[in-house]
Amino acid sequence: MSTTAPPTGKARSRSASGRAGDRGMNRIFRLVSTWSGALILATLAAVAIFLVLEAWPAISLGGEELGEQISWFPEDTSIITFVGPLIFGTLLAAFLALILATPLAVGVALFISHYAPRRLAQALGYLVDLLAAIPSVVYGLWGILAFAPIVYPVWNGIAETLGWFPLFEGPAADPPRVMATVAVVLAVMILPIITAVCREVFLQTPKLHEEAALALGATRWELVKTAVLPFARSGIISGAMLGLGRALGETMAVLMILSPGFLYSFAIFQAGQQQTIAANIAAQQPEAPPLGVSALIATGLALFVITMAVNMAARAVVARRKDFSGAN
Amino acid sequence: MTTTPDLTAEQRTDAVRTALAQADPGRHRKDRVMTVIIYGAFVLAMIPLVSLIWTVLANGLERFDWYFLTVSMRGVFGGMDAGGIYHAIIGTVEITLGATLISVPIGILTAIYLVEYGGGMLAKWVTFFVDVMTGIPSIVAGLFALSLFAFFFGPGIRLGIMGSVALAVLMIPVVVRSTEEMLKLVPNELREASYALGVPKWLTIVKVVLRTSVAGIVTGVMLAIARVIGETAPLLLTVGVIDSINYNLFEGRMMTLPVYVYRQYSQGYVPCNDPSAVCIEDINFQRAWAAALALILIVMILNLLARLISRYFAPKLRG
Repeated sequence: MSTTAPPTGKARSRSASGRAGDRGMNRIFRLVSTWSGALILATLAAVAIFLVLEAWPAISLGGEELGEQISWFPEDTSIITFVGPLIFGTLLAAFLALILATPLAVGVALFISHYAPRRLAQALGYLVDLLAAIPSVVYGLWGILAFAPIVYPVWNGIAETLGWFPLFEGPAADPPRVMATVAVVLAVMILPIITAVCREVFLQTPKLHEEAALALGATRWELVKTAVLPFARSGIISGAMLGLGRALGETMAVLMILSPGFLYSFAIFQAGQQQTIAANIAAQQPEAPPLGVSALIATGLALFVITMAVNMAARAVVARRKDFSGAN
Repeated sequence: MTTTPDLTAEQRTDAVRTALAQADPGRHRKDRVMTVIIYGAFVLAMIPLVSLIWTVLANGLERFDWYFLTVSMRGVFGGMDAGGIYHAIIGTVEITLGATLISVPIGILTAIYLVEYGGGMLAKWVTFFVDVMTGIPSIVAGLFALSLFAFFFGPGIRLGIMGSVALAVLMIPVVVRSTEEMLKLVPNELREASYALGVPKWLTIVKVVLRTSVAGIVTGVMLAIARVIGETAPLLLTVGVIDSINYNLFEGRMMTLPVYVYRQYSQGYVPCNDPSAVCIEDINFQRAWAAALALILIVMILNLLARLISRYFAPKLRG
């Protein structure tokens, strides 16, 4: 505004008339873009409505009738007790993957942003972005055909030495189509995603903070600890939540690797213990009768609610942290 | 840089540094330990990722040739040394194109609304729910398309366009987000200059704002395509599997590359009992690897193209 100096009175009257001229193409364009914004709300509402509509037959029927009409539906269960172990399995897989991936991702991101030579760092940044785009079915293929065949001795060793801990209870299954393998593959899958977010945030650390830390005689690690990590905390959390969301909804890797079971079991080295919602849907849907599809959609609804809750929680955390961080 | 006769500035810095290091060796030990840990984390993380790319290349190149790209799986059975991914490529291209045609206009117009018109309650809600939509698991998007079409056309329906709808649900938030970022980068001076010339607002948006940010928008769209082109679960639910070529998006099942990979994998080893016939035991796995390689190549090419576009056609803002 400072570069030109038109008579202000005239400029104002022209812009005022521009705003008033809301007709013809102006009006159409405004309405079309507003409607497409509203369409997004409508789409999300439609997702919820149609899922509920199609899930309703299964939700409203009793467990006995469901058991009679769907061959794979366990006896004497309602839809709630059916979905319970699936939710448990989904959360278990996602959290294990998150626990494995987050520290590594932070390490890799720090390496790329603050430790690696500048030129190498840029190439690595591209590489991580590319890896984040590799389809999950490829990760699944790698997990079951390349990773699983070599990992059994490791799982067996852990199960034998640390078997007293419920998570590591033996005997380890061979071939290892178990939750531990799934968790590692999921972790490998979400690692580039979390890394990409973390790297982005680490690079945004204010140069002044870093230089101040160095001026006070901080070592490189102290620089990271005092300037970079506090600044990036909300970014790390949101990256982890993004990864968690991916892991919760991941279908193919789980479907291809895990030998399913419907138990509330922490035994990650035993086969036939857990199953996730998404993998269960993909496994049963192709041959399910209409009522079976309806039951599966009900479980999908549960997944939808869980991921929404995780997302909103993450957003709330990030929004609250933002006020305290030095980002602004 | 002033140099004293006995000590250079660098030497003095070094002297101070060693003095500090001697004063508190614990801090430096910790620094070295953390450096090793961070390098270790990087190496540890790279092992599986490099292994993944290596295995796909090593196993996939064997069958990855022109023949594999140009034939379908029609009439291929058992351990026959035949079959390819042509039908899957057709399906993937058509379905992804359909998803793009649905999601790009909605996504761009929504971003325009948010940046150029928004500000009221509706804009807040749209921003919030676009965020929520980003987190929809792909299989839920598949279930949505399934329920939508089952509601109107009866259960058991499988169409290519259902897959497009499912992928569009996943694509829209990505397109909105990236377009929004790009539109925000357009300097306000350009808009004001356009208004000052008496150009109406819609024409300003089309001719000035969109024209300036078109490279960024195209990049965002291509990255969004690269993200959904590898989606398997929603297509498995809605589009199904088929062995022959189907060009029609609106009729019957279609094959897609990710689903092809999964399908070949799940068929497993072929029992070869007849020694006279040509029979390859792990033919299905070979095809799965080769198709995975094709899929990765497509995703990589899309990513690189997107980067090139954003690098060479980025808006040049001269003062």
